[in-house]
Amino acid sequence: MMGFISYLVNGISLGSVYAIIALGYTMVYGIAKMLNFAHGDVIMIGGFVVFTAVSGMGLPPVIGVLISVVVCTILGMVIERIAYKPLRGASKLAVLITAIGVSYFLQNVALLIYGSNTKSFTSVVSIEPLSLADGAIIISGETIVTILACIVIMIALTSFIKYSKSGRAMLAVSEDSGAAQLMGVNVNATIALTFAIGSALAAIAGVLLCSSYPALTPYTGAMPGIKAFVAAVFGGIGSIPGAFIGGILLGVIEILGKAYISSQLADAIVFAVLIIVLLVKPTGLLGKQIQEKV
Amino acid sequence: MKVKALNKNTKNNLITYGMVILAYVVMEILMKAGMVSSLLQGLLVPLCTYVILAVSLNLVVGISGELSLGHAGFMCVGAFASAFFSNYTKEALTVSGLRFFLAILIGAAAAALFGFLIGIPVLRLRGDYLAIVTLAFGEIIKNVINVIFLGHDSKGFHISFKDAFSMNMEPDGEVLINGPQGITGTPHDSSFLIGIILILITLFIVINMVNSRTGRAIMAIRDNRIAAESVGIHITKYKLLAFTVSASLAGVAGVLYAHNLSTLAAQPKNFGYNMSIMILVFVVLGGIGNIRGSIIAAVVLTLLPELLRGLNDYRMLMYAIVLIATMIFTSSPGGQAFRERYSLKALLGQKKQKKEAE
Repeated sequence: MMGFISYLVNGISLGSVYAIIALGYTMVYGIAKMLNFAHGDVIMIGGFVVFTAVSGMGLPPVIGVLISVVVCTILGMVIERIAYKPLRGASKLAVLITAIGVSYFLQNVALLIYGSNTKSFTSVVSIEPLSLADGAIIISGETIVTILACIVIMIALTSFIKYSKSGRAMLAVSEDSGAAQLMGVNVNATIALTFAIGSALAAIAGVLLCSSYPALTPYTGAMPGIKAFVAAVFGGIGSIPGAFIGGILLGVIEILGKAYISSQLADAIVFAVLIIVLLVKPTGLLGKQIQEKV
Repeated sequence: MKVKALNKNTKNNLITYGMVILAYVVMEILMKAGMVSSLLQGLLVPLCTYVILAVSLNLVVGISGELSLGHAGFMCVGAFASAFFSNYTKEALTVSGLRFFLAILIGAAAAALFGFLIGIPVLRLRGDYLAIVTLAFGEIIKNVINVIFLGHDSKGFHISFKDAFSMNMEPDGEVLINGPQGITGTPHDSSFLIGIILILITLFIVINMVNSRTGRAIMAIRDNRIAAESVGIHITKYKLLAFTVSASLAGVAGVLYAHNLSTLAAQPKNFGYNMSIMILVFVVLGGIGNIRGSIIAAVVLTLLPELLRGLNDYRMLMYAIVLIATMIFTSSPGGQAFRERYSLKALLGQKKQKKEAE
């Protein structure tokens, strides 16, 4: 029983990371209607920036995280400006391939700078582990910070979108970008803002991910990126609460699957659950059903 | 009697076949002359594999209009089914030609079966949901193959999903599929010539399918699902047909791939989603729905990193930049306008106009 609870907590922690990454995916999808395959690699860049700042230059972890968020925000906006903006209005597949190109680009830049050896990441969290039930359950500082960060981000993002002017502009663009433009919403600026927020979240996710799983390579971001993408689809892509629920569920399923069924099949189980959900609800848990008109 | 002028379509297709045969002849001559590096010679069979994969994926992405990101999964099924067969019958069937022929049939059939079974649920979904589910199936296939242990001894087959010991084999038993280590000792039956023949067969199947009633039905569904349905086209049947044929051809590519290696293991590198994405890149860069384009793109993009070897560490970076630049140049509204203004035709047309004005 105690084992189950600690697996559950670990699952929620991993799920929180997925949820934060999935938020970036889902926001970009909702607004630009594109699958940003390079999102996972922004996570990796975020991890490397913190690694350089903290382990390389000896800066305090908080400053490192801030630098990483700033770098990734700028990176996200630059990628959008150079690679995706010219392709607005092009076919979906062309945008997808460009995103894949950006993903290769980021991986290879990291490979050139840092090499292919695995870097061991020093955790940025210095909170003592929490011991519950006379030490039967130990919750690490990283887990606490990750879950808290996810909750804070979730609340902040929801209120930003609901109450701020730019947030509502985002909603409007995702609903109907043509109509939003007619109403005086600056669509290009809104899309750039979405990429900026998504990339900033990716930086935070990268730091949290590397703090819990401290091996950092140029390919670190790829698999979590795909998983988060799955999480976003799971919850209904384009929906922010959906990304949150999808991320948490995915993390819990993955950790429980690893613990109780088979560690090699954990990924297969995650994907199988996704398939079952989509077959029952073809647009994900919270996705909107779009009625096709003739 | 006059010879009837060739139909434009037929002519186009003959060029495609001719191009493949010409490429083969040129390569053979160059090899005889000793002008081909051993590195490039080693690339020939994988090149054929990629061409088959790209052409078959084009059937789903281009002709049927469904974004599939799990093509490598079907290749994986074909590779493992056929390698298992070849390994098991290595002693009994010594005629390598016949054995390889049967292996191709088995690989194609196994992949077709998986394509059919996966296609039934998957093709209910649309667009990006379909893409992510095919990606998920591809990853599941790869993961499951990595935990299969299969052996054979005097009492028959033994299977386990844990490790080689839990199969409880007799001492004379032989492990055929060894989990993450995969299959070792597959006979080396693939060759460049066989690869080219398989490409031609693939082209024959795909081109004939596209230019048939079936192909027109599939394209009608792609262009307007509801209109197609309203004129009585059975949507599920045709979509499933395209998906199954495509999967089966990917299986053939897998057979070719497996019989070119002595050790076959399902790794993210060869059967993961990265592979599926790479094939998708071939299809999109070659031109969606354009069969000849897929072939050219597969060849060029496979050779490009090799030709850029002089750039060492920068070559994959260059590859990424080329990819982004090509997409922006060919697909963006700005790029298209640029091409129209400065295309050869437009320049020649302008000159003509000027001449006429003079």
